[in-house]
Amino acid sequence: MAQLTVQLGGTLQSYAGGQKTFQVEASNIREMLTRLGQQVPALKAVLDRGVAVAVDGQIIREAWFHPLTAGNEIFLLPKLAGG
Amino acid sequence: MPLDNPPAKRSFKTVGTRPLRPDGLDKVTGRARFGADATAPGLLVGRILRSPHAHAKIKSIDISKALALQGVKAVVTSADFADRTDGLRDVLVNVMARDKALYEGHAVAAVAASTAEVARKALKLIKVDYEVLPHVTDVDEAMKPGAPVLHDDMFTKGVEPAPTKASNIALRCEFGHGDVEAGFKQAAVILEDSFKTEATHQGYIEPHACLANIAADGQGELWCCTQGHFMVRDTCAQLLGIEVSKLRVTASEIGGGFGGKTTVFIEPVACALSKKAGRPVKIVMTRDEVFKASGPTSSASMDVKIGVSKDGRITAASATLRYQGGAFAGSPVEMGAMCAFACYDLENVKVVGYDVVCNRPKQAAYRAPGAPMAAFAVESIMDSLAKKIGLDPIDFRLKNAAKEGTKSSYGPTFGPIGLVETLQACKAHKNYAAKLGKNQGRGVSSGFWFNFGGQTCVSLNVNIDGTVGLSVGTPDIGGSRASMSLMAAEELGIAYEQVKTIIADTASLGYNDVTDGSRVTFASGLATIHAARDAIKKLCARAAKTWGIPEDAVVWEAGHAKPAGKNAGEFEPLSLAEIAATVGNTGGPVAGHCEFNAENAGPAFASHVVDVEVDPATGRTTVLRYLIAQDAGKAIHPTYVEGQFQGGAAQGVGWALNEEYIYGADGKLQNAGFLDYRVPVCSDLPMIDTVIVEVPNPGHPYGVRGVGEASIVPPLAAVANAVSDAVGIRLPQVPLSPPRVLAALTKDGRNAKS
Amino acid sequence: MSGVHVSTTVNGDALEFVCDADETLLDALRNRLGLTGAKEGCGTGDCGACSVMLDGRLVCSCLVLGAEAEGRKVETIEGMADGEALHPLQQKFLEHAALQCGICTPGFLVAAKSLLERNADPSEHEVRFWLAGNLCRCTGYDKIVRAVLDAAAEMRKG
Repeated sequence: MAQLTVQLGGTLQSYAGGQKTFQVEASNIREMLTRLGQQVPALKAVLDRGVAVAVDGQIIREAWFHPLTAGNEIFLLPKLAGG
Repeated sequence: MPLDNPPAKRSFKTVGTRPLRPDGLDKVTGRARFGADATAPGLLVGRILRSPHAHAKIKSIDISKALALQGVKAVVTSADFADRTDGLRDVLVNVMARDKALYEGHAVAAVAASTAEVARKALKLIKVDYEVLPHVTDVDEAMKPGAPVLHDDMFTKGVEPAPTKASNIALRCEFGHGDVEAGFKQAAVILEDSFKTEATHQGYIEPHACLANIAADGQGELWCCTQGHFMVRDTCAQLLGIEVSKLRVTASEIGGGFGGKTTVFIEPVACALSKKAGRPVKIVMTRDEVFKASGPTSSASMDVKIGVSKDGRITAASATLRYQGGAFAGSPVEMGAMCAFACYDLENVKVVGYDVVCNRPKQAAYRAPGAPMAAFAVESIMDSLAKKIGLDPIDFRLKNAAKEGTKSSYGPTFGPIGLVETLQACKAHKNYAAKLGKNQGRGVSSGFWFNFGGQTCVSLNVNIDGTVGLSVGTPDIGGSRASMSLMAAEELGIAYEQVKTIIADTASLGYNDVTDGSRVTFASGLATIHAARDAIKKLCARAAKTWGIPEDAVVWEAGHAKPAGKNAGEFEPLSLAEIAATVGNTGGPVAGHCEFNAENAGPAFASHVVDVEVDPATGRTTVLRYLIAQDAGKAIHPTYVEGQFQGGAAQGVGWALNEEYIYGADGKLQNAGFLDYRVPVCSDLPMIDTVIVEVPNPGHPYGVRGVGEASIVPPLAAVANAVSDAVGIRLPQVPLSPPRVLAALTKDGRNAKS
Repeated sequence: MSGVHVSTTVNGDALEFVCDADETLLDALRNRLGLTGAKEGCGTGDCGACSVMLDGRLVCSCLVLGAEAEGRKVETIEGMADGEALHPLQQKFLEHAALQCGICTPGFLVAAKSLLERNADPSEHEVRFWLAGNLCRCTGYDKIVRAVLDAAAEMRKG
């Protein structure tokens, strides 16, 4: 379990009362999203609809169990779709 | 998935060569079977009745006369599809209108009949009682208070507190960091302007087509042209209320998609008709239907403001993007907002986006969805700024270019990326030094696309003669079977010709996400590499058994199992073919598999330089030279990488110069055909020069990045900047069709007559 | 609607079919004769995907009636190769990767063949204008033009 700094993209911030970063204890993406939803109930519905997670600049769209460590830059983005 | 070897300077034997594609022969001889080429015993013709109104309440539908017509075997309306409340509701309502027709061309009923003639007659006998409602097709009009509201339950998301009044604004989004107001105060020069782009269509030459054969118990098969047959299966099964396992979907050869075939339109209708009629049903859209009732792009209205210091560093950048995405929420405005400034290293940046609904067909993805419009606005201002401060446009971009370690405008920090290298490649190219004549101009633009991975599953089967069958689940829209075969051959150490790649149907392979987001060469390719390594492990184990030595004492080199060293024993290497010949005796078939979520796709950047000549008498623009430099990470099949670059650029030139959805005051599309919706033809374009830049993606063992989409991001601005350079006027709206350019020249008092 | 009986020659074979009076040659080829190499991209003569030769003249088969094939010679993509031997244009389209999705390819090949029959040494400009009636959305035409020029050069060598 690592102490993670999670940053929210602008749209997500509006659901979190404008707060940009959160400290979350988790070891993978699923845990991080679950804990974040618990900490910020207003975000939960948005997180459940699906978000993409950028870990050190690489976008992870789906993988729950992607490991996260304290040094990671973690950025939540809206769900993405391509052509 | 952890990587066992870094993508640094490694040498390749097969990857990077340019062999013929495995499906090529079928495609040059007319044998390849596309969506409309299938038939079946007892086949019925399916046709869809569509709304003639842009916005209307459907008061009633009387199908009795159609049903009574001889030869009519089934009629379906929305009553044949159970309503839903989940994420598929918009898909369902788009496939078949329920209480309202939301755009001209919205499906309201469908028939299956013995012949096309009977089907046509039957459609005329269906009586729909409409109450015509006021409509809106322009994005800025749709946002105004008092505009006709499409959905009385649409309350703008992303706004706190949530609005209590319904509107056409589905979502407000925002991205950025720093303090743009403070940044603009530091600027020596600030430029701002408003821009518009029109809706365009992907323009694939093959209209949507499918053949459904569903029995009364729900078991059946569906043949269709799609970018994702697993998506089609799952969506149709859910909309029809049948189990996913009962529906087997085969992807036909696909005659272009570009994002437009990443959703369903006619497929659930064909399934419902077939189930009801108890016979196979084929539906093929007409071109008119493709334009009116598939998924074109958003049109956009945008404001951009950028400030720079005296030495050309951007101090702040802001934008507001308004994208209409047709009759349902989901325009790609969030992606547009994230891509808008992604090329630049910015301390202060803010982008606000609005997702707006209009009485137009629901937009579908189109190559880097959302990005080309935003890039058009941003790169136009960048061009004006470079001129204003007297910097070469490439040097100005290089001064501000995002690179490894840059905090991107949308948040995360970039890993290794190749924007700088694409700009340098453009600057070094001979096109950039070519002399320009009278009425000629040069434009530069850069562009960004995320690139995706996604759910992927492949199977690799070793055959008795030492050849390999590779089954992938991502439809091949541009030569990907060749790329997959190349990667499998590279790993296995065998010849390209010994690997045969096919697109497996939904019953033969695990789930695969659609072919989208430039993901296939990356994701299916990565899965292919893992499956090949899985097979190699098994092949080595068979050699170990044959030699009576431990499995870990065997290595795979150049297509052969070999003892790992002197201590492992002295054995003649066994080739893949030799091991394959005895698999029946050594433990049964050998196959390699991979099922995974491909992540770490690695973003793509492209820079384009275009030279044009504008005829001052007619306003017509001719493209003289076109140069593309794009980061492919590692080009698996360079010829097809070039093809993706060139194709994206050509589509972008169309978007920039001619293509647009033109609506009348009646809310109806006025140019639903290739005569009036003019895509670039052969005589419109020059040769398109390409430079493949290779900055390896650390998320792939060969360094692959997707290449399919980034190439359509720069052209709108590159062409507009070139036209602006040629005529000396900034034109903030595409397409730069001759009448629009001529009007601007006339207004400026500088057309030929003046 | 009563059918029209049509006797015609397709790719050198004498064939007969019955079609509706208002049925296009394209539909007759595809649905009556099973020759699905010609494609319908628009149905209005704008895209060229249905290109065939009718008595040696390049036509959009979506703009010709099936009944008009009576007593005439039709050539389609299916007749372009000689057994296992590809026509040089087909071979060059493969080598130059002049196709991505391949839906427009039959039309381009038929149209390009008709060009080279009239002009053995076309310029790039002539190739581009001759093929301007065929739409390709994938390639940007670069590799198609190169393939046609290369095929022409090879055919001139004999």
